[in-house]
Amino acid sequence: MNTKNSQAPILECKDLCISYYTRAGEIPAVVDFSLTLFPGETVGIVGESGCGKSTVAMAIMQYMGANGGIKSGSITFKGQNMTHMSEEELRQIRGSEIAMIYQEPFASLNPSVKISTQLIEVPMAHEGISAKEAWQRALQVLKDVKLPDPERVMNAYPHQISGGQQQRVVIAMGLLSNPSLLLLDEPTTALDVTVEAGIVKLIADISKKYGTSQIYISHNLGLILETCDRVFVMYSGEVVEEGSIDSLFSRPRHPYTHGLFACIPLPTADKNAAPLRPIRGQLPLPHERPQGCYYGPRCDHFIAATCDGEHIMMAPVEGSAANHRVRCARWREIEHDRVIPEGIGEQPVAVGEYILEVDKLQKYYEVRDNSLKALLSGKRIRHIKANEELNFRARKGETVAIVGESGCGKSTFAKVLMGLETSTNGEIRHNGVEISEIAVRDRSNKQVSSLQMIFQNPFDTLNPSHTIGSQISRVISKFGGKTEKGKIREKVMNLLDIVKLPRDFYYRKPRQLSGGQKQRIGIARAFAGKPSMVIADEPVSALDVSVAAAVTELLMDIQREQKTTLLFISHDLSVVRYLSDRIVVMYLGQILERGSTEEIFSPPYHPYTEALLSAIPIADPKVTKREIVLEGNLPSVMNPPKGCPFCTRCPRHIGAICDNEVPPVQQVNGRHFIKCHISLDELAQVEEVIHVPSKAERQQTVHPTQ
Amino acid sequence: MATLIAKRLGLMLFTMVIVSLILFLLLDTNLAGDPAARVLGQFASADQKSLWLAQHGYNDPLMTRYFHWVSGFVQGDLGESNRYRAPVADILGPRLWNTAILGFWTFAIMIPLSLLFGILSGMCEGSKLDRTLSVISIVTTSVPEFASSVFFAAIFVFGLKWLPGTSGMAEGFDWVQMVLPVMVLVVYGFGYVARMTRASMAEVMTAQYIRTAILKGLPYKTVILRHALRNALIAPFTVIMLQINWLLSGVIVVEFFFAYKGFGALLLEASLNNDVALLEACAMVAVVVAVTTQTLADIGYTYLNPRIRFS
Ligand SMILES: Nc1ncnc2c1ncn2[C@@H]1O[C@H](COP(=O)(O)OP(=O)(O)O)[C@@H](O)[C@H]1O
Ligand code: SF4
Ligand code: SF4
Ligand SMILES: [Mg+2]
Repeated sequence: MNTKNSQAPILECKDLCISYYTRAGEIPAVVDFSLTLFPGETVGIVGESGCGKSTVAMAIMQYMGANGGIKSGSITFKGQNMTHMSEEELRQIRGSEIAMIYQEPFASLNPSVKISTQLIEVPMAHEGISAKEAWQRALQVLKDVKLPDPERVMNAYPHQISGGQQQRVVIAMGLLSNPSLLLLDEPTTALDVTVEAGIVKLIADISKKYGTSQIYISHNLGLILETCDRVFVMYSGEVVEEGSIDSLFSRPRHPYTHGLFACIPLPTADKNAAPLRPIRGQLPLPHERPQGCYYGPRCDHFIAATCDGEHIMMAPVEGSAANHRVRCARWREIEHDRVIPEGIGEQPVAVGEYILEVDKLQKYYEVRDNSLKALLSGKRIRHIKANEELNFRARKGETVAIVGESGCGKSTFAKVLMGLETSTNGEIRHNGVEISEIAVRDRSNKQVSSLQMIFQNPFDTLNPSHTIGSQISRVISKFGGKTEKGKIREKVMNLLDIVKLPRDFYYRKPRQLSGGQKQRIGIARAFAGKPSMVIADEPVSALDVSVAAAVTELLMDIQREQKTTLLFISHDLSVVRYLSDRIVVMYLGQILERGSTEEIFSPPYHPYTEALLSAIPIADPKVTKREIVLEGNLPSVMNPPKGCPFCTRCPRHIGAICDNEVPPVQQVNGRHFIKCHISLDELAQVEEVIHVPSKAERQQTVHPTQ
Repeated sequence: MATLIAKRLGLMLFTMVIVSLILFLLLDTNLAGDPAARVLGQFASADQKSLWLAQHGYNDPLMTRYFHWVSGFVQGDLGESNRYRAPVADILGPRLWNTAILGFWTFAIMIPLSLLFGILSGMCEGSKLDRTLSVISIVTTSVPEFASSVFFAAIFVFGLKWLPGTSGMAEGFDWVQMVLPVMVLVVYGFGYVARMTRASMAEVMTAQYIRTAILKGLPYKTVILRHALRNALIAPFTVIMLQINWLLSGVIVVEFFFAYKGFGALLLEASLNNDVALLEACAMVAVVVAVTTQTLADIGYTYLNPRIRFS
């Protein structure tokens, strides 16, 4: 910090106020935002959606769209005030001095222009170099961002490469003119976990190698910890706390920052010992912000007069290093370092008999290949092996998680279970009855009601023109065995109570609900018929952290109460670790490892599990991780490797045997299995990936979230 | 791509066979009234009629007659027009050519004009220019051709006396006589294409890749020409192809009004005069045009859109 301070800042935002002007009036999206960025520094902005992160980034770019504008304050870039620049002056800075990387790589690339054109035009526009020279430069940068086969990528259209590769192209595009400031707006949110880990590493390497200053926007505290030097926590349009990573992560001062930490499962916690503590209430809309502290209505430390009087200003935290500042009237008085009170933890649910038994389940999709080559060779019909030989069991009251990256066959399996697809081979017994070949319309009401599903996008499954009440009532009258109107109504009200929604939601239409509320309705509907098993397909991954925490807790509570078996499908290992009893790790349609949560999170690991664990971003500076970055992309399910499915990316690859022979399923003990050619003894030698300091180590410095 | 074209051509052929069958059943059989009476007149005797029917093969089985008709058609024998007392092909040819000239000039003016209008208003959605252009497009499109024909004739023929009121071209091709028919068609047609282009352009302008292009620091011209136009023109392209079908119906009114000797006027005459052979030929021409433009639209759409082209 000291050395940096002696240099002139590269970017300075001072008291920035940014508003959008809509028909409903002015929306003050960002108020009083100040930030100073020194050369080579990476600053993180973290906060939930709608708090104004992207607005700040766009303001720095001076690109506010038709209805946005900077109301007051200044943005100074390398000593020049950007708010007074002409379009032409801005054009010369954009793309050459300040570059931006976006959340959705695919949407930010032009679908009908070749990647080469989209790359070379940047230096051509800014430096006036020839197309040939620009081509060479682009090729070099593609190599720098570690894209395999850059020549092919140059000649491809965006849709012809994978999501991770697209993001690398966008990063390359940003780096082409060697900018001094890089703005990254949630650059990995749309990517798979192991791909995300690769991109995060790349971004960190870039800032080191080129000395580029970065502003890294994310909602994920763990990613911020891994990438940034300083962090700004935003809430409802303003910064509520800022400080160095070290200072802020080890001693957050603002109640909101605290709330955020309590919402994410840390590797030290599990659902029974330390349940997540969601922040109550909701983010206020920009024009409905309360008097005084914007966080007041949701804050546990709120005191009238102190908190709802004058607007609260940022104040330095004395005694802390690195300019730690906080916007809270009571930060001095609040004692955060409290251990969770005794007795708040829950008892683990006693597990019972087997509810679900899956044996050698296969699901192949037939696709017709219409390419000329296929026509000529006669191989028109190809099989996509979406599920290949799945074997596992789940007991009553147990939570079994299926983890894996996109396309690994998680959702196909859920569809077969639900009867939306029928299996190609193998068996699924639910409560002892074979169901793998019974389509949902042939299942009895009882079968359907005892096996229910919660979807990732609750919006898609709710009928927009019916009230919530009538939609849940339908489920109850169909499956719940009740027919009297009054009784059904009572039951719906009951369910609304259970999912902690006000009773007058009965009369609301889906569009009047927020994402979290919709997901609660999804849960209410799934549990309406007292199912013995519920499948949840990424139920919280579209939600903000505080909302996700609340929904997760709710799901856990109901499951505990009703002793339902929960099949939790997710790509997020930290959530999975937190709530599941058993884990099944899938890759390209196959199970590579399965076992209890304990067993999965400690050696012996399957090499893929090991990489997955290493990819979890952890928002705790005390926890250390072994870095494993996977090279390459997920192979296509159309064309999987012949031997081990993971052989194209495996860091522990042991030779030709991996490429050519299907690895054996080795039993570690009881119900823990690993499918790999490496012997168990050898795998057991592996060091643990995530090192959580022991109690004794921890005692020395009390962790705030404990 | 090859498979797509083959598929489309197959489908095209199939459509044409079905339509021709329906046409044949409707027009050339006894189902739709008495064909002999249509030719020989109301007062022909029953003997005369049955003799005529036998001579013209009406007593053969239906299928034989259909195949006879179709094979003649394919070989260019379109039958005889009983109004003009001449082979249909001889009448149809020049008429089609005249309409093609009319259509060509209509499109040559309409397409650039409507694309320009659409792109300009789509680029700055909500601006004064956009609102002006949109109002013009909507107003012109909502006035039917016969009304604008009367209107323009009133101004240019009777008021200003600049242009002739008919376009019969009795003394050979005449540029001046082309002006009014083309003007009416352009005015009626361009608004629709312009509004489709505007919608498409406006949508593209809000796309994230346009934001990317601007934030890359590209000159505005490059952003529009390289990144916006191609994507924005995919949707209007289909519309333009389908406008050719619209033109076929549009010319009926305009040609009739200005006495232009084209295909539309011919179609109208044929149907007013119960000229079955001519009507069949005209209808088949219309079908061929419709199906061809549809096919071209699909193929072009695929070609313009690499996401479909390479999947
Ligand atoms: N174009 C716009 N018009 C009106 N309001 C907007 C617009 N863009 C964003 N907002 C509002 O501004 C606030 C901040 O949004 P944003 O910067 O996108 O937040 P974040 O990136 O943190 O999710 C939100 O309340 C959002 O609804
Ligand atoms: S000012 Fe008051 S309400 Fe706001 S965060 Fe601090 S204690 Fe909570
Ligand atoms: S079988 Fe080989 S390639 Fe597969 S996970 Fe084991 S070591 Fe890696
Ligand atoms: Mg955002």
